[in-house]
Amino acid sequence: MAGAATLEAVDNAGAPEAPIQAFTVTLNIRRFDPEKDAEPYWQDFDVELYATDRVLDALHKIKWEQDGSLTFRRSCAHGICGSDAMRINGRNRLACKTLIKDLDISKPIYVEAIKGLPLEKDLIVDMEPFFASYREIQPFLIADSKPKDGKERIQSVAQRARFDDTTKCILCAACTSSCPVFWTDGQYFGPAAIVNAHRFIFDSRDEAASVRLDILNDKEGVWRCRTTFNCTEACPRGIEVTKAIAEVKAAVLRGKPDIPKQ
Amino acid sequence: MTSQAAPPESPAAPIPEPKRRKLPAGTLYRGREGMWSWVLHRITGTAIFFFLLVHILDTALIRISPEAYDAVIGTYKTPIMGLGEVALVAAVGLHALNGLRIIFIDLFSWGPRAQKAMFWIVVVLWILLLVGFVPRHLMVVFGGH
Repeated sequence: MAGAATLEAVDNAGAPEAPIQAFTVTLNIRRFDPEKDAEPYWQDFDVELYATDRVLDALHKIKWEQDGSLTFRRSCAHGICGSDAMRINGRNRLACKTLIKDLDISKPIYVEAIKGLPLEKDLIVDMEPFFASYREIQPFLIADSKPKDGKERIQSVAQRARFDDTTKCILCAACTSSCPVFWTDGQYFGPAAIVNAHRFIFDSRDEAASVRLDILNDKEGVWRCRTTFNCTEACPRGIEVTKAIAEVKAAVLRGKPDIPKQ
Repeated sequence: MTSQAAPPESPAAPIPEPKRRKLPAGTLYRGREGMWSWVLHRITGTAIFFFLLVHILDTALIRISPEAYDAVIGTYKTPIMGLGEVALVAAVGLHALNGLRIIFIDLFSWGPRAQKAMFWIVVVLWILLLVGFVPRHLMVVFGGH
């Protein structure tokens, strides 16, 4: 605890500062072990936390100090990898980006797996249906023609800005699993797949917009969107998901995306 | 309890059985304006569909027998049906106004960003509609014209 000692020394040199206050926070976690349980159940844990801790820190403390069987996914723990999307107090968030100080700790914090995908264990769901939809929209640049000067495909600032918002997706599934349509109709492509289709449909270098628009003009494509805006509210990257879906709808109606000429 | 049957060489303290609670079955997803406007749109839409179904049937009666038609329409002139008409106007009004909001969201580039403001505009216009309609209508229903 050398770090803490140094901090104290600095504090003593300057104005005396109150020690950082820790709170006892109750977490209600919806647990499920397929080998033991017929159905999920709620279990509560009391954890000592600081206001600057995140829900992920609370889950770590529980797993490391109280119950090692608690199961959840996380990789980078800094909001980039998209592993730890879960339903926190009834809203889809990344556990690593949800600070305790932003939650009401006078009541228990409810944590459960994201909805609409098959539950595997505790906070882990089977992401395969989600990634299957993602693969279906062909999430890669398709450009078969030769570039103009034979070297590179030049894109203007305005053309790059056209799809900038949808490049930010980390495939955490917070949007897709917040969608009431997806909960009841697992065949629906879901917001994340449409966002990633948007990223290439509106890319001036891509040549397969019509293919993707055709895929999304399906019964289970963009027309399933009922504009509930849950996806936009849930996105940890702040992508305007519903707006992107509306733009794809407009592109389907028009037959081509509206991309700046230059 | 099975904890007594645990092997004595186990060094760890017996893990207490977790406090299991079945309820609530899962938290209700806490959507915002967009989700609740969709819920209301669904409820009013379904209700209006069933009204129209009955309404087409009772109107079709006039082709079978005008007397039967008069009899059925006569039963509508009761206070319960009068209150039902308040619910009908409320449902149609909300569905129509929110329908315009959805059209703006889907067809105009400014729509998605303005959706929350538009939701509250829908609510205000809907309340104004009912303030204009309900007192007058209830006077007719309960005041005997």
